[in-house]
Amino acid sequence: MADAPLPKIAVWKFASCDGCQLSLLNCEDELLSIVGAVHIAYFPEATRAFVEGPYEVSLVEGSVTTPEDLERIHEIREKSGIVVTIGACATAGGIQALRNWADVDEFRSIVYAHPEYLHTLDTSTPISDHINVDFELRGCPIDKYQLIEVLAAYLQKRKPRVPTYSVCVECKRKGVVCVAVAKGLPCLGPITQAGCGALCPSFARGCYGCFGPQDSPNVRSLTNGLAHNGMSEDDIVRVLRTFNADAGAFKAESNRRADALAKGAAK
Amino acid sequence: MTHQLKDGSQVLQVGMLARVEGEGGMHIEIKDKVVQSVKLNIFEPPRFYEAFLRGRKYTEPPDITARICGICPVAYQSAATEAIEAISGAVTTPEIQTMRRLLYCGEWIESHALHIFMLHAPDFLGFDSVIEMAADYGPVVEMALRIKKAGNDLMTLVGGRAIHPVNVKVGGFYRFPTKADMLTLRPDLERGLEESFETIKLVSTFAFPEMEQPYEYVALRHPDFYGIERGTVVSTMGADFPVSEFPAHVKEFHVEHSNALHAHFDGKMYMVGPLARYTLNFAQLSDRCKEAALAVGLGETCRNQFKSIIVRAVEMAYAFEEALRIIDGWTDGAAPSVPVAPKAGEGMGASEAPRGIIFHRYVTDADGIIQDAQIVPPTAQNQPSIEADLKTAAQEWVDMDDHSLTHRCEQAIRNYDPCISCATHFLDLRIKRS
Repeated sequence: MADAPLPKIAVWKFASCDGCQLSLLNCEDELLSIVGAVHIAYFPEATRAFVEGPYEVSLVEGSVTTPEDLERIHEIREKSGIVVTIGACATAGGIQALRNWADVDEFRSIVYAHPEYLHTLDTSTPISDHINVDFELRGCPIDKYQLIEVLAAYLQKRKPRVPTYSVCVECKRKGVVCVAVAKGLPCLGPITQAGCGALCPSFARGCYGCFGPQDSPNVRSLTNGLAHNGMSEDDIVRVLRTFNADAGAFKAESNRRADALAKGAAK
Repeated sequence: MTHQLKDGSQVLQVGMLARVEGEGGMHIEIKDKVVQSVKLNIFEPPRFYEAFLRGRKYTEPPDITARICGICPVAYQSAATEAIEAISGAVTTPEIQTMRRLLYCGEWIESHALHIFMLHAPDFLGFDSVIEMAADYGPVVEMALRIKKAGNDLMTLVGGRAIHPVNVKVGGFYRFPTKADMLTLRPDLERGLEESFETIKLVSTFAFPEMEQPYEYVALRHPDFYGIERGTVVSTMGADFPVSEFPAHVKEFHVEHSNALHAHFDGKMYMVGPLARYTLNFAQLSDRCKEAALAVGLGETCRNQFKSIIVRAVEMAYAFEEALRIIDGWTDGAAPSVPVAPKAGEGMGASEAPRGIIFHRYVTDADGIIQDAQIVPPTAQNQPSIEADLKTAAQEWVDMDDHSLTHRCEQAIRNYDPCISCATHFLDLRIKRS
């Protein structure tokens, strides 16, 4: 074992804030152990060294937003054993997927004096829209311990133990009093995947969905509840359209409500 | 990598500049040993924050704009909350201001430690990364990780997590940490403080290329302390005005080779960041920080960007001192937030991100819906001075071989700790000689 080469890991960036790859450098207690178990072969945020592929594991951060991205993601797939997407941008298109509901030409002209200089797509899409992804790690940002778990699982040739149940389960486990029931706060916990450790409820605020939909969410029921408690339809659409706006169940319900609003306005 | 082109000119290429946050590009043309042109190319795909903020609610910018940068989310949250509060006229309490400063100290510590040890020091010590550095400098790397972790732990305690904290809202915080919880961090913060002073000594022993630049420095000045979470705008040319006048002085413009807008201050290139803060606000540092800085020969002003690593270490020590001062002086019981009602109007806010001034401006309607948003991040403001540094550096060391010159130029960019997610994407470094 001592002579066996360490598996090569590459870290790739698409449209993103760098926060999820920073999670790797934030493993202060574990970093030296991690680099003892894997060979960080390509990770420009951390090193000038560049080792050619193929790579056993590619961690991909960010969403696809440019014509070049469309080609690059396929090249990465070809030279990677397994591809793990990390974070809401890579798994759901991120906050920048709000452009998917907008006129991107108008967006360009709002921000830039010379929109003709820009080369961007009209959409921001998750990596899995373009290539086969072996594992998706949710979160905005990801939880660093889940990242370590994925790497450990790879090394131990087992499936990562990453829960797909809701944030509610984490609140119960932590003994956090339900902020929706006890305080009437709007909380997306029931429809959102666990992983953060029930962070927002433990800070006396409702979950805002940064880990995306849990495995069997009833988004309509939850949002009907929000409406019942007095949240406006505009606000409901907005809470569903943040960092995982383009994720299946969130997207379907926000579209349904937005369409109903538009029809109502047209009457 | 060197390419001879058919026309006899020479292109030097480093695939991607490493150890910066995000990716960008650089293009240098040299003819007969004279630098002809320098461009910092920024290919970061635009994410259009200022566009999609339109139509969002006034309560959302702290969470949304944090996502512009995973390394300095608190900078965005601070400027955003201040701007929105300015619209409503809400006045936050001293406790809320103090807690914002404490959270921000965590970000300064984390971000400065990341840059000093993981991104910048390998240049001076001749390594590709901190990972390789660990083999020869094990105790230093372990110290670096301890310091960085102390900053992250502080952010986690106050903000809930180090990346994209959840506890910040318009009007203050969802809840304050208790004094008892804060005191649990005290031993690590005390150690971090002492290790930051060791860091100042350590990094001051590096070999620094001689290069001084005359740019106008711009920074925030806090009435009582070294500016971090808020202040008025001051400059080395004597400017001194409230943040609300920032747009009258700073004009952004769009150049073809960059997806980040450039900026000028009163029509000229200028610089924000640690050197600007240090030079303008040296008097507000603690006596111990001043003495430590002077003892390593820094002087009360600093105009050599390569020495920014020492200034960051001084600021890191200061952030630890401030964190300890705030924790020791804290009394539980204050309300964590003040109500902020929606109101039609325009508001501005600014703070000192680890890399320099970050400015936010919002216009909302009577329902609190955002009509217009403008965000000016530090790296965008520094682009012209980065390019000017590159030009000076490439000319000064034009006789170096391509490999060394390329590395020197990369270092000149890394001096700024450019946050390329805030501003840039793909650093494809080329030097063309003819």
